[in-house]
Amino acid sequence: SFSVQLCFDLLESWLAKNPDAVSFKREEQSIFKELALFQDYHGLPAFKKALVDFMAEIRGNKVSFDTDHLVLTAGATSANETLMFCLAEKGDAILLPTPYYPGFDRDLKWRTGAEIVPIQCSSSNGFQITESALEAAYQEAQRKNLRVKGVLVTNPSNPLGTTMSRNELDLLVNFVTDKEIHLISDEIYSGTVFSSPAFVSIMEVLKDRKLENTQVWERVHVVYSLSKDLGLPGFRVGAIYSNDPIVVASATKMSSFGLVSSQTQYLLSAMLSDKKFTKEYISKNHKRLQKRQNKLVSGLEKAGISCLESNAGLFCWVDMRHLLSSNTFEAEMELWKRIVYDVKLNISPGSSCHCTEPGWFRVCFANMSEDTLKLAMQRLKSFVSSITIDNQTHQDLKNMRKKNRTKWVFRLSFQSFHDREQGER
Amino acid sequence: MSQMYLCFFFQLSFDLPESWLAKNADAAGFKRDGQSIFKELALFQDYHGLPAFKKALVDFMAEIRGNKVTFDPNHIVLTAGATSANETLMFCLAEQGDAFLLPTPYYPGFDRDLKWRTGVEIVPIQCTSSNRFQITAPDLEEAYQQAQRKNLRVKGVLVTNPSNPLGTTMRRDELDLLINFITDKEIHLISDEIYSGTVFSSPGFVSIMEVLKDRSLEQTPVWERVHIVYSLSKDLGLPGFRVGAIYSNDPIVVAAATKMSSFGLVSSQTQYLLSAMLSDKKFTKEYMAKNHKRLQKQQSKLVSGLEKAGISCLESNAGLFCWVDMRHLLSSNTFEAEMELWKRIVYDVKLNISPGSSCHCSEPGWFRVCFANISEDTLKLAMQRLKSFVDSVAINNQSHQELKNSRKKFRTKWVFRLSFQSFHDREQDER
Repeated sequence: SFSVQLCFDLLESWLAKNPDAVSFKREEQSIFKELALFQDYHGLPAFKKALVDFMAEIRGNKVSFDTDHLVLTAGATSANETLMFCLAEKGDAILLPTPYYPGFDRDLKWRTGAEIVPIQCSSSNGFQITESALEAAYQEAQRKNLRVKGVLVTNPSNPLGTTMSRNELDLLVNFVTDKEIHLISDEIYSGTVFSSPAFVSIMEVLKDRKLENTQVWERVHVVYSLSKDLGLPGFRVGAIYSNDPIVVASATKMSSFGLVSSQTQYLLSAMLSDKKFTKEYISKNHKRLQKRQNKLVSGLEKAGISCLESNAGLFCWVDMRHLLSSNTFEAEMELWKRIVYDVKLNISPGSSCHCTEPGWFRVCFANMSEDTLKLAMQRLKSFVSSITIDNQTHQDLKNMRKKNRTKWVFRLSFQSFHDREQGER
Repeated sequence: MSQMYLCFFFQLSFDLPESWLAKNADAAGFKRDGQSIFKELALFQDYHGLPAFKKALVDFMAEIRGNKVTFDPNHIVLTAGATSANETLMFCLAEQGDAFLLPTPYYPGFDRDLKWRTGVEIVPIQCTSSNRFQITAPDLEEAYQQAQRKNLRVKGVLVTNPSNPLGTTMRRDELDLLINFITDKEIHLISDEIYSGTVFSSPGFVSIMEVLKDRSLEQTPVWERVHIVYSLSKDLGLPGFRVGAIYSNDPIVVAAATKMSSFGLVSSQTQYLLSAMLSDKKFTKEYMAKNHKRLQKQQSKLVSGLEKAGISCLESNAGLFCWVDMRHLLSSNTFEAEMELWKRIVYDVKLNISPGSSCHCSEPGWFRVCFANISEDTLKLAMQRLKSFVDSVAINNQSHQELKNSRKKFRTKWVFRLSFQSFHDREQDER
């Protein structure tokens, strides 16, 4: 499974030094009863304070957040769905740049009835969002008789692993202002920016452009979570931040359907309030991510594979177009299966992320040990070399492998991937 | 004043979990057999749930039912509280244009949990004091017809057993009636058994599963149309931990609900702690026994306190509240008079009670009064104030009217509006 495991030693040593945070004690007094009974959908004040401070720290304290505008939810999965319920309904559409996280198809559309219309991005410009792509998506939605309610971006991007440029952010602000629609910025990976350019939050752009008292201010919403930055997906900690008090009020009530365990809120309020810890954690996490990303990039290079230059996230966006037997998504699926089974590398095919060009794959670097990565890269190199053997031998190898794998193994893996394995994001 | 607005909190038995925690520090400290499993838990986000916790939970549910039924962990779906479980079941079983039938009076939160985001409608099964608010065949049929008249497709019936706000367990003949009804109409039955562990006196709790089993209905179509909702918020007094569950005999419902639970999973930290706690059968046995005794004692104090004030209530054997009859204190047999009386009790008696109208009761004058959320002393004082209040109501109407006017001068309108509004905005501690 996709697991973030680079900095658990830091978390565990903090826990060892702070036993009260798990034993329901505050200054050595038991607060078990207080926590067991605490189900207020406004959230534990101390936790919200620690969380907004952490979010500000991640943004270099260039912006600050108000706890009254923060809504806690059971993970970003819940946050994104809740925002959809607040902002859109059947007949409405939200525009998303491709490639995007496959889980959005379920999180944003399933129970809400809203539609997603893609903003088609391409490799020609590093998959950045352009004005014409935005406009084309808007028109496409209109042709489908859908009311566009907003744009949702993931910044830093999943699966690209890049931070959005200030230009792109300005473009988005202009677009949502002009169309009078919303902008949701899913910043779940904001704490994983390990090299330049530094992370620029949408809030920073609004502030720099002095848009705080204009209408667009209340139409920008941020989604956050501790699943990626702190590697705690099991604890189900997500948040919606909105400048619109009506959205905050509505989302707060809806959070009843997915509140964060008070036990967990308390532990994390203690952990995130420890600024010495958060500073050290963020810094070490960045270093380790950078180191690991470098190893993936150089391993890929040795196999003759390039990837999109990235500075964030837990994965790289890898270009395997030259390994396709044809420039089709069928060939992409073929290649995917072979990499999963022969190279034993769990990667995501671009088609699952709605990428318009076949041959791109998301490869995670943070979910395995250095040794495992090294071995995987060696196998990948061998695999790539074997592909360049002439076509006939290639076909022979393929047939042989097919005999040795029962069909159900392929079907199971393919199906479970498309059933949105929870480790997908 | 602030005392009135204290959350509805369940404070009878915290000493037991607290002493358990003191003896079992590993469970909260992310350790198993002395080894740290922090990483494993931090990464565990599988919507199938922590196997050890699901096992401990189904065993606990069986224990509550006197082990007359057993539950399969593969049929249980964990959710962030019963609030999430009920909404999720609605998403699975119904949509806009559909209705679920609910016996009145019912928990006010259902209006939001079952209807808000799902688009589903609730049609009430009107129960009355004439037969102690029990469900009858004509009531069920009438509700079904009412739904049809409104052009709604009836998808099922949802009952809370033991009942909130009645505080009573459903009788076997009511349960039989329900099964016959849903079998005949080919619809679903959801049994919200969130209070199943609070049955403190006879008759004992009879679960819907027990009735299905006794009638040998396991291999029939109705078996897969019965679903149970559970939670640890009331039985264990842990509402803050957000632990709920859906139990269904229909694998398709289990599969759909499992995927939907992504929107409200239980924290792995909490699953682990509770898997350890609930696996300790010595603890669960002791806890249930003591909890029942304390509930019974506190309920008796409320009932006798009410009696002394000349107020009767529905005979109850479960839950954390009584269903109290104050019809004789109404100035008129109207819901306006009920609201009047409610405000006076909240402000003058300082007792936080729920008016029957908020529970969709068809008869004015009934109120839900909680006994588990206050200490014995506080309850005693409240009962004394209540007696004085009732005596003062018996003073002639003229003096009564004078008193009412003078109180109004001393309370700013916003205070009334705030209390009334916040109650109807479904304070989270309402259930």
